[in-house]
Amino acid sequence: MSITLHAADWLSLFTHYLTLSLLAVGGAITTAPDMHRYLVDERAWISDPQFSASIAIAQAAPGPNVLFIALLGWNVGLNAGGIPTALLGMTVTMLGIMIPSTTLAYMAARWGHENRELRVVRAFKQGMAPIVVALLVATGWILATGSSYDRRDWPIWAVAIVSALLVWRTRLHLLWLLGAGAFIGWMGWL
Amino acid sequence: MSSLPEAQPAAPETPPLARPESLTDLFVSFTLLALQGFGGVLAVVQRELVEKKRWMTREEFVEDWAVAQIMPGPNVVNLALMIGGRYFGFRGAMVGVAGMLTVPLLVVLGLALVYAQVAGNPHIAGALRGMGAVAAGLITATGLKLVSALGKHPLGAPLVAGFAIATFVGVALLRWPLLWVLLGLGGLCCVLTWRRLGRPT
Repeated sequence: MSITLHAADWLSLFTHYLTLSLLAVGGAITTAPDMHRYLVDERAWISDPQFSASIAIAQAAPGPNVLFIALLGWNVGLNAGGIPTALLGMTVTMLGIMIPSTTLAYMAARWGHENRELRVVRAFKQGMAPIVVALLVATGWILATGSSYDRRDWPIWAVAIVSALLVWRTRLHLLWLLGAGAFIGWMGWL
Repeated sequence: MSSLPEAQPAAPETPPLARPESLTDLFVSFTLLALQGFGGVLAVVQRELVEKKRWMTREEFVEDWAVAQIMPGPNVVNLALMIGGRYFGFRGAMVGVAGMLTVPLLVVLGLALVYAQVAGNPHIAGALRGMGAVAAGLITATGLKLVSALGKHPLGAPLVAGFAIATFVGVALLRWPLLWVLLGLGGLCCVLTWRRLGRPT
């Protein structure tokens, strides 16, 4: 796939990610549908398989999932030329998605820390605590069950439940668990 | 759910908290955390920073996580920013984010280069499924451990358990949009907490 990008297109890519940044409440992945609409359907800067692969690779790799955005920018740049434009694309999308949200998060955190004795700050932090703790359990549930409850997936649920119990009750290193999961899957038992 | 705190292994909070020694320590620590985080870095952050390095208590972790979650942007990056900023101000915040992203970015690019060759391999696909299932367990366990951080909550155990269960049912079973849950249930819980905090004890 080969495309041509002008300066205005790069700017448009950058500003699109700047606006998405502040909409990404609940993680960058929540804006993936909009990125698909913009990059694949509207602009046709990357192909659908490139889009899916970017998300799959970033989820398989260690590190924050937001790195799928770096790969999207990388692929846009790759389609527009070669490695130099790929690096430019990666820089443009990552700076765009990061600058607004990190600025806001930093200022909010600093304000909250300076005013940590205020009743409203304490109420916010403590009031959100039960919600975000339960959200973690819910996220694990969604990851383990997928979008449908297919009974044939029971080995996946079993692996998830056993690893949850081991992490909860023991101090076993997390990498052993991930290695065991990779082995079980490699052998085709899932 | 209210019986969970007692079930925790005894982890007294008496030893004083540690802190990162330098910006280099911060960068290296976050890089290592990120590189262990397959399928989500949060479980590793909780295990390493709260349980092993003891840079913060469970309560502090939950409070920071609440802010990182409600703010737009990638959650663990926000968390790295806040933890870095807590110890070294603005420079610490930048170093925390850089540690979380720089080396993992190189790894992801490397994987992207080899992905085309291995994408169809059933063993690789199976291994990724296996790691995904473990990651689901890790994130669940992180949530279960942090339940103990709710023990001193001003609303008291029954209300806190009610909010937690409602959140779980709404998100995991009914698949409500996250934003509604944060604004609706989260907002209501904040208002109730605010009223309770204003009441003389």
